[in-house]
Amino acid sequence: MANLTLVQAINLALIQEMEKDDRVLLLGEDIGLNGGVFRATEGLFQRFGGDRVVDSPLAESGIVGTAIGLAMGGLRPIPEIQFEGFMGPAFDQLTNQAARFNSRTRGGITCPLTLRVPVGGGIHAPELHSDSPEAIYTHTPGLKIVMPSSPYDAKGLLISAIRDPNPVVFFEPKRIYRAFREEVPEDEYLVPIGKARVVSEGDSLTMVSWGATIIQCMNAIEASGQSIELIDLRTISPFDMETIAESVKKTGRCVIVHEAPKTCGLGAEIATGIMEHCFLNLEAPVQRVCGFDTIMPYYKLELDYLPDAERIGKAIVETLAY
Amino acid sequence: MPVETVFEASIPHVSILDEHGNFDSNLGEGLIPNEDVVAMYKHMMTCRHFDEIAFKLQRSGRMGTYPENRGQEVPPLAAGYVLQKNDWMVTCYRENAGLFWRGLPMEKILLHWMGDERGNHISEVRCTPLAIAIGSQMLHATGLGWSEKYKKTGNIACTFFGDGATSEGDFHEAANFAANLDLPVVFVCQNNGWAISTPTSVECSAPTIAQRGLAYGMDCIQVDGNDLFAMVKVMQDAVQQARENSRPTFIEALTYRLGDHTTADDARRYRDADELEMWQKRDPMIRLRNFLEQRDLWSQEKEEEQLADAEKTVAAVVKNAEEIDAPSATDFFDSMYTDLPAQLQLQRQTMRTSSLGQDPTQVDVSVHEEVQNNG
Repeated sequence: MANLTLVQAINLALIQEMEKDDRVLLLGEDIGLNGGVFRATEGLFQRFGGDRVVDSPLAESGIVGTAIGLAMGGLRPIPEIQFEGFMGPAFDQLTNQAARFNSRTRGGITCPLTLRVPVGGGIHAPELHSDSPEAIYTHTPGLKIVMPSSPYDAKGLLISAIRDPNPVVFFEPKRIYRAFREEVPEDEYLVPIGKARVVSEGDSLTMVSWGATIIQCMNAIEASGQSIELIDLRTISPFDMETIAESVKKTGRCVIVHEAPKTCGLGAEIATGIMEHCFLNLEAPVQRVCGFDTIMPYYKLELDYLPDAERIGKAIVETLAY
Repeated sequence: MPVETVFEASIPHVSILDEHGNFDSNLGEGLIPNEDVVAMYKHMMTCRHFDEIAFKLQRSGRMGTYPENRGQEVPPLAAGYVLQKNDWMVTCYRENAGLFWRGLPMEKILLHWMGDERGNHISEVRCTPLAIAIGSQMLHATGLGWSEKYKKTGNIACTFFGDGATSEGDFHEAANFAANLDLPVVFVCQNNGWAISTPTSVECSAPTIAQRGLAYGMDCIQVDGNDLFAMVKVMQDAVQQARENSRPTFIEALTYRLGDHTTADDARRYRDADELEMWQKRDPMIRLRNFLEQRDLWSQEKEEEQLADAEKTVAAVVKNAEEIDAPSATDFFDSMYTDLPAQLQLQRQTMRTSSLGQDPTQVDVSVHEEVQNNG
C-alpha cells in the first residue's frame, strides 16, 4: 500500500500491466525520455525501452490510427493524446474507425486500445488545454468512456480499460492529477467499467458527478450539512443508470454536476434516464450545475466557468426546497 | 558560402510488358512462371466477369451502389500474388482481384454492397474490410505493420489507396510514421487519374505522386499499373525491403478505371471520350492475352472455356449472397461491444415500442404492445 497521487496511480497501473502483458505498449508525444508532459509515463521508457514506450511523431490522427492497427494486430496499445483540446485531428480515427470495427466486421475484428487523455480545466493552462468533451464521445456508439476521480479508482479503472476488448477513452482529470493522495494497493485489483461509486450515502438528495468536480461536490455537500448521496459515475459510457435510479428512488431529488457545456451534456441524458426509470419517485425537477454553452474561457475567468461549491450549494438548497 | 545541393532524387518508372506488346525480357523473363501468368489471367477474367455481374445486380435493383473495378485488376492482383498468407492487405474498395486471389470468398464483397456487414467478417484472410472513407485505412496498415515488427513475425502490411487519398492528412501521417519508425509497410497508390470527377492534377501538382514518399525518406517508384510483370516486379522489391529491412516503399501504379466511380456516377459528365478510348487500348487484359497467345499459352478455345467457368463461378457466388438468411433485426445491437451494456440491452428489448429505453416496470411495455397490435 502506498500513498499516491492520481497521476502516480496511473503510472503504477501502466507499469504493472506492462510487466504482466508483453502486448501492452505506449505511444504518444513526449511520453518517452520526457515521461509525458504531466509525467504520467515517468520512468517507463527507462524501464521498458523504446520499443514499448514510443515517442511518436506529432500527429494525433496518426497516433490513434496506428494504435488501431496495433490493436487489430493483436496488441494492447495505449496511445496518449497530450490534451483533450488536441483530440480534434484524431476524431475521425476514433469515432469512425476505432469505435466501429467490432460492429462493421460483426465481431471479426476488435479494437482493444486505451486512449489516455488529460481532460478538464482549473490548472491555468493555455487555450485548448481545459475542455471537457466527454459527451461528444459518449454520443459515439462503440466507445467506452471512463473518468476516474481518485487515485484508487484511477489505477483499478485503467487496468480494466487496458484489458477491455473494446476501445476505451480514459479521461484523466488534470486538475486533480496531484491535488491529493490516497492509499493505493500495490496488489492487483480491478475497478469495473460501467459501475458507479457511491462516494457518500444520504437520504434527501442524489448528486451525480464525475472527474474533478467530485471534489467541488464534496465541498458543497459538507457546507450544506444535508444528507446527500454523492454518486461518482466513474464510467461515462456506458453509464450506470441502475445505481442512479436506485438512489433517486430513495431520495426523490437529483442534482447533476459537470464541467462540460450544458446543452446536450451528459446531464441531459441522465436527467432523461431518471424520467425513464423513476419519474414517479421525483419530488423536484432534476437540476443541472454545469459549464455554460460558451467556449471555455482563458484561465483568468476559468473559475467563473467551472462549477464550484457555491453554485452547487445553491442548487442543493433550491432542489431541497422545491 | 556557396549554395550547395543538399538533396537530389529521381523517380524510376518501371514497364516490362507495354500496351504495344513489347516485352523487356531482361526484367521480365523468368519473373513469373508461365503457369502463374496463366492462372492470373484466368483470375482476371473471373474478376472482370464478377464486376460485370455486380454492375448488373445494381442496375436491376438487386444490390446497392457498387464501384466497378474494371481496368484496375493488375495492382491488387500483383500484391495478392506477392504477399504471403500472413501478411496484411489493407485495401480501399477497388481491389477485388487481390482480395479474391488471397482467398476472400467472392460473396463477401457482394454482401458488403448488398448492405450486409457480414460481408466484412473477413479477417481470417488477413484483410481489413473495404475502407469507404477515403484515406482512413493507411494508418491501420502502418499500425498492423508495426504490430508485426513488434511481435517479430516477419510479416508485413500492404495498403492500397487512390490518387485522391494522397491529399488526405492521414496518408501523410501514415507515411511519416512508417518511415520514421522503420515499419514494414508497402504503400500502393492506384493512380487512376480521377477522384470521382476531380483529376489528379487537382490532387497533386508535382510530376508524379510517387515523389510524395520522398518527403518521408522512403523508396519511391512509379510503375505501369496495367502491366502485370512490372507490377509483380516492384511489389517483390518492396515486399523484400519491408520484410528484410523493415522499411516502407511507396509505389505509384499508373492505371485507369474503365468504369464510372460507382454505379451512382456518370463519368461522361467530366471525362473525355478520347481519354477513355486511349485507356481502353491499354486494358491490362488485352496485352496479357496477346502475350500468352504469342507464347502458345492461350487460345480462343481456352478463352471460351474460362469464360464459361467464370460464369458458373460467379452465378454460384450470386446465389450464395442472395440466398443467405436475413440478418436478425437485433444484429446491430449485438456487435456494438464484445458484451452488450445494460442500457443497450434495454434498448434492444424495447426497440419496437414507443418507450425506448424505459424501465419496463415503470411503463408496462407489454400492455403498450397489446394496445398497438389490437388498435
